[in-house]
Amino acid sequence: MTSPHPIASIIGVLIVALSLSAFLIWVERRLLALWQDRYGPNRVGPFGLLQVVADMIKIFTKEDWIPPFADKPVFVIAPAIIMVTVLMSFAIIPVAPGIVVSDLNIGLLFVLGMSSLGVYSIVLAGWASGNKYSLLGGLRAAAQMISYEVFMGLSLMGVVLLAGTFNLTGIVKAQQNLWFVIPQFLGFVLFLIAGVAEARRLPFDLPEAEAELVAGFHSEYSGMKFGMFFVGEYLGITLISSMIAVLFLGGWMGPWLPPVVWFLVKVFAFLCFFILLRASLPRLRFDQLMSLGWKVMFPLALANLLVTGAVVVAMK
Amino acid sequence: MLSVIRTIWNVFLHTFHRRVTIQYPDKKSYMPPRSRHRIILSRDPDGGERCVACHLCSAVCPVDCIALQAKEDENGRRYPEFFRINFSRCIFCGFCEDACPTYAIQLTPDFEMAEYNRQNLVYEKEDLLIDGPGKYPGYNFWRVSGVQIGGKDKGEAENEAPPTDVHRLMP
Repeated sequence: MTSPHPIASIIGVLIVALSLSAFLIWVERRLLALWQDRYGPNRVGPFGLLQVVADMIKIFTKEDWIPPFADKPVFVIAPAIIMVTVLMSFAIIPVAPGIVVSDLNIGLLFVLGMSSLGVYSIVLAGWASGNKYSLLGGLRAAAQMISYEVFMGLSLMGVVLLAGTFNLTGIVKAQQNLWFVIPQFLGFVLFLIAGVAEARRLPFDLPEAEAELVAGFHSEYSGMKFGMFFVGEYLGITLISSMIAVLFLGGWMGPWLPPVVWFLVKVFAFLCFFILLRASLPRLRFDQLMSLGWKVMFPLALANLLVTGAVVVAMK
Repeated sequence: MLSVIRTIWNVFLHTFHRRVTIQYPDKKSYMPPRSRHRIILSRDPDGGERCVACHLCSAVCPVDCIALQAKEDENGRRYPEFFRINFSRCIFCGFCEDACPTYAIQLTPDFEMAEYNRQNLVYEKEDLLIDGPGKYPGYNFWRVSGVQIGGKDKGEAENEAPPTDVHRLMP
């Protein structure tokens, strides 16, 4: 099933997603500054908004250098993979009734699959750089994203059980009376944490830990290839925020305002929350990250799934 | 877990805090009068150069950024023939000011001296000399020192007794 205007939807989603992620560079810098009692970029244009343009000009005109010791084809393809996988995931996000590129009936699985594929980008980038810091970053990314994906999927199964469908539009419609954040609060918290880890944001940014690994998997990248990782990261947090809005906060549902506005407000609130996390929390140690994932989050997700299943069966 | 949430909340509360940044080109921060920035050469209250070209400042300068050459005028007053400070090397340590016996060289609170061309950071004597006494008004080295120059013989300085006439100093 596709939307009535597939091409228009594709172009619209592409434009909105990409410009939002560019705009996020400015938002993040301004918000971090706000929480650190600074101003941030406020000189270029009104409120520093044209900083985005300045940053883009800078990153497009930078020297695009491939180190001689890198595995060239893999090195080039790695940043493209993350962009492609994240942008593909945006295809199934229902922004408003009728505004969705592809209304897949297994939409949720598609997102999870794409986020698994996105790991390849990081791992290949780390491997192809031919640099031990990058390789360590790639290894960390592989371990982190695989272990956090497990309970990311499990934490969503509660939502699927309640809604009875993998289709994201169906999940939004199932929240007509009650947003899933209330019956699935634990699942919401688990998905939020897993989402931060999947998007490799602080406090889970171990693959690119500046303090230990220079810049992790993208140490050797420059110019627009680095820019693609950058945009990929921002697209990633936008995707996770949209997923939270769709799965737990009723997507476009909301009084008075038009559906698109409600959706964007919810997404933006979570984007700000991601940035707040970056402003406030220190990076975890790697063993802490692993034990948090496997010893706390994973059992909690399983328990959440079991209890939800039991309740759903008992209610029938 | 609770501490994590408290941390996030406390950081969020910074939304309502006053920002500490001083937006520099629009607003300027207060510079204390004794802060050490652009170096000047001052003049004594009579308008003469204070610098006596003793080379102490260039000797004490840890980065060797001061160059000068001494000369004497017709009255026997020493003065620098040229006096050159290379501000691209200067570290604004203030040692030259401490070393100066005549309060000639002084550091001022003006720090806005950035240049696009490094060569423009080399200041000559005419760039350094100011028209006033700087931080020490009323001090005139040649008036208080016992050294003899044209127009001021021995014993004519302020608070200076006339020299003892050794021919009258009989036992």
